Amino acid sequence: MATLQTKSAARMMMAPAVIALLIWMIVPLSLTLYFSTLNYNLFNPAETPFIGLMNYKFFLSDPAFLTALRNTLALVAGVLVITVGGGILLALLLDQEFYGVTIVRLLVIAPFFVMPTVAALVWKNMMMNPVYGVIGQFLNWVGIGAIDWFSNAPLTAIIIIVAWQWLPFATLILLTALQSLSEEQKEAAEMDGAGALSIFWYITLPHMARAITVVILIQTIFLLSIFAEIYVTTSGGPGLQTTNIPYLVYSQALLQFDVGGASAGGVVAVVLANIVAFFLVRLIGKNLDA
Amino acid sequence: MARAVSTRRKLTFTLIGWAVGLLVFFPVLWTILTSFKTELDAIALPPKWIFFDWTLENYATVQERSNYFRFMTNSIIIALGSTALGLIFAIPAAWAMAFSPTPRTKDVLLWMLSTKMLPAVGVLIPIYLIFRDWGLLDSRIGLVVVLFLINLPIMVWMLYTYFKEIPGEILEAARMDGASLWKEITHVLAPMSVPGIASTVLLSVILAWNEAFWTLNLTTSNAAPLTTFIASYSSPQGNFYAKLSAASTLAIAPMLILGWFSQKQLVRGLTFGAVK
Amino acid sequence: MRHVSYLAGCAALALAATSSAFAQETLTIATVNNGDMIRMQGLTDAFTEQHPDIQLNWVTLEENVLRQRVTTDIATKGGQFDVMTIGTYEVPIWAGQDWLVPLDNLGDDYDVDDLIPAIREALSKDGKLYAAPFYAESAMTLYRTDLFEAAGIEMPAAPTWDFIADAAKQISEANPDVYGICLRGKPGWGENMAFLGSMARSYGANYFDAAWQPQFESEGWKTAVAKYVEMMTSYGPPGAASNGFNENLTLFNQGRCAMWMDATVAASFVTNPDESQVADSVGFAPFPCGIENCPNQGANWLWAWSLAIPAGSQKAEAAETFISWATSKAYLELVAEKEGWSNVPPGTRTSLYENEQYISEAPFAEQTLAAINNADPSASADKPYVGLQFAAIPEFQGLGTAVGQQMAAAVSGSTTVEQALAAAQQTAVREMTRGGYIK
Repeated sequence: MATLQTKSAARMMMAPAVIALLIWMIVPLSLTLYFSTLNYNLFNPAETPFIGLMNYKFFLSDPAFLTALRNTLALVAGVLVITVGGGILLALLLDQEFYGVTIVRLLVIAPFFVMPTVAALVWKNMMMNPVYGVIGQFLNWVGIGAIDWFSNAPLTAIIIIVAWQWLPFATLILLTALQSLSEEQKEAAEMDGAGALSIFWYITLPHMARAITVVILIQTIFLLSIFAEIYVTTSGGPGLQTTNIPYLVYSQALLQFDVGGASAGGVVAVVLANIVAFFLVRLIGKNLDA
Repeated sequence: MARAVSTRRKLTFTLIGWAVGLLVFFPVLWTILTSFKTELDAIALPPKWIFFDWTLENYATVQERSNYFRFMTNSIIIALGSTALGLIFAIPAAWAMAFSPTPRTKDVLLWMLSTKMLPAVGVLIPIYLIFRDWGLLDSRIGLVVVLFLINLPIMVWMLYTYFKEIPGEILEAARMDGASLWKEITHVLAPMSVPGIASTVLLSVILAWNEAFWTLNLTTSNAAPLTTFIASYSSPQGNFYAKLSAASTLAIAPMLILGWFSQKQLVRGLTFGAVK
Repeated sequence: MRHVSYLAGCAALALAATSSAFAQETLTIATVNNGDMIRMQGLTDAFTEQHPDIQLNWVTLEENVLRQRVTTDIATKGGQFDVMTIGTYEVPIWAGQDWLVPLDNLGDDYDVDDLIPAIREALSKDGKLYAAPFYAESAMTLYRTDLFEAAGIEMPAAPTWDFIADAAKQISEANPDVYGICLRGKPGWGENMAFLGSMARSYGANYFDAAWQPQFESEGWKTAVAKYVEMMTSYGPPGAASNGFNENLTLFNQGRCAMWMDATVAASFVTNPDESQVADSVGFAPFPCGIENCPNQGANWLWAWSLAIPAGSQKAEAAETFISWATSKAYLELVAEKEGWSNVPPGTRTSLYENEQYISEAPFAEQTLAAINNADPSASADKPYVGLQFAAIPEFQGLGTAVGQQMAAAVSGSTTVEQALAAAQQTAVREMTRGGYIK
């Protein structure tokens, strides 16, 4: 089918997007690479001597670096588990017919409309605060007692906030996939006497496989750069318990105003993100060929 | 069996559905409720649910202090502008990848996504310098371009996965029937890709609407969208929950309304699988 | 667009030379979203009535966002702002880089000598004023007079930390709903480190010694942090490690705190009946001392939000006109007339504290002035840097925040005080070595 003509047509169609992104990638990245070899502090922009790989050495030898790397991965994994699991359950629920399903669907999607900084502020002050947060009040009422989230379980708290924001995305994508599953298929299976669980396991889940892949891939990209939620709630603490790579780069760039160090951190982050993406694709990439 | 949904089953799901929906929605609901409280009621213990003196004073204060509609207009222009630009670039690219795949298609896709991984804060200074030299600081066009580039990989990816679901046989069948290229597009492809495009547009608009790094750092006032509007209400000195809630409600309201309306469109579109 | 605004600027200058009446200029003013600035924004009309040729365009942002915005812009010469709101931390650094326009045309009736000397000193370099103070603060003790009375304790004129800890214990034991003490715990150089830097200094310890060696493992820091953690964990509110100024203010306003040591501006919020449930029963005392005759009598905190003009601005003249208006005596009177004396921006002018009406309407005035007058941020033989609760060197923001994280870890109990201070010292030595201060 793919004749020479359609091939060149395809190339023409892809060209604008590829070129635009190429420019967007190359220009900042090459500037970043260049800055990463300079001793360039924004407070002293007159002198920016070349210092080779010193910035990289400094960034990588930071004791915070390994902790940040671990936190970044834990954050991504935690949020993915909650959003994919919760997203599947919510999609199954919203696929049912019940009174007001349209409104409920909107309620579930709503968190996605909330800006990350606002979401973090609302959760921090009005939900999770151990004194006057709603969760604390509820736990007190039940008799468990309020949890001091940002001191005792800071990373968990941030995972909950971020997962809340991304749950709608997962639900929306998975619901779309679920609804394209034909009723006939399900009915045929029911005729064969298959139970609800085995229908889910052998028909529904495989059908959603590609959608799940999309959710995981796209979310991973966003989750690797989670920043606002940490910045608003814990500022990376207590200690380094919630410092991830983007927050570490931020502290170089906009607390230290160390452009050289931040650039080196940025380059390291890109390399790490690509490694993660590489393994991710090996792991689940086969779903994309379907 | 499954057709005849029993009333009991439906009621059970209604109960579960609403419980779960309200639970997920609760933080937003609480924000909206708080926006109608006085600052003192907003921090009252135990919390006041609905029995408080409802007031609009927070909205009045917010509107008096900052011209909400100017920020909202900027947000709309930036979100729609970057999405429209994104569609123009993404649809052909995704189309080509889905229907004329080459061995390298997947690599190109992954490469596109990888451009999103550079932490924004690490490239702020280079971008700021470029924007300064090109006179793009505090301009809507500058933000439209940046957000377009940021969201383009996601748009290509989403559209690609939707387009891939469209079976090639349908196209072939249409061709066999002697459909012209134009008919093929308008009668077969367009209806089938509408839901995918609609979801992609919704996602892109939301992401552009909520983007709070570039929009904050590259604007001053003329092009400032709602994210900067919010930044003037988060964490001031003194009690601020009620005013922040009012500002937040105003900032997310347009999106909620958009969601409400596109809901129908989305759901209708989502049933297209049944045709398959 | 840059060229356009440049041309417009030239045109405006040319016009100003011939006849200023026709030159319409718009000033873009970056400011913090604190109450006093928002009040100023609300008084825009009063300014434009006097100066019809100058329009004001406000960019009001949260403190952290504002700081990164204006710093990026001024360091890259982006030219987005005509007037910037900055603090006593930025002024000496920026003035040293020649990034600010010296303010020497504030007008005949500005009375620059009326500025409180400590504040004026903090905003000047080589005798020239580089930013005009809008409001200023030091630190003090706020406490609940009703709870103290009920417990039969009297707040001394110069409290010590030992006394405070003991009072916190007694009051929290007697009142299960009240936390004996509320202090900042949220990590950040301007959050918990502003408090801890002051507290350490009240034990005689600084951030760096004369040779720029970080001092976090000194005796003073160890005693101070141990005391702080002990008070916070035993008598402080839950979640103390993420409480900043605002969270503590909320707790205090709800009547949940017996004592609170923080910025003097807190006083006008907790005594405002519209915001506070305990407005009638707040007392004020100096910031506590750790050792006998502690430096500056405990007042180891000085901050002034100030207005400055970036160098290279095309609208410096109009900007200076505005700054002169916003920091003048007449502005204080204007606010007093509209909102009452207790709401005028505090801490900048000596004459305000000689105004009897202000003293009678603002119960905290005396204590505020005493704290500001006691604070002396200048460098000295054993303290090579300017600043008290901060050190005015570019490295301090990042360093202070990293140290603040360690302190928060100690409060939340995930590390011990010794471990936290050792980690803080290690980070600080690393950053100072990189900055070239120490070998």
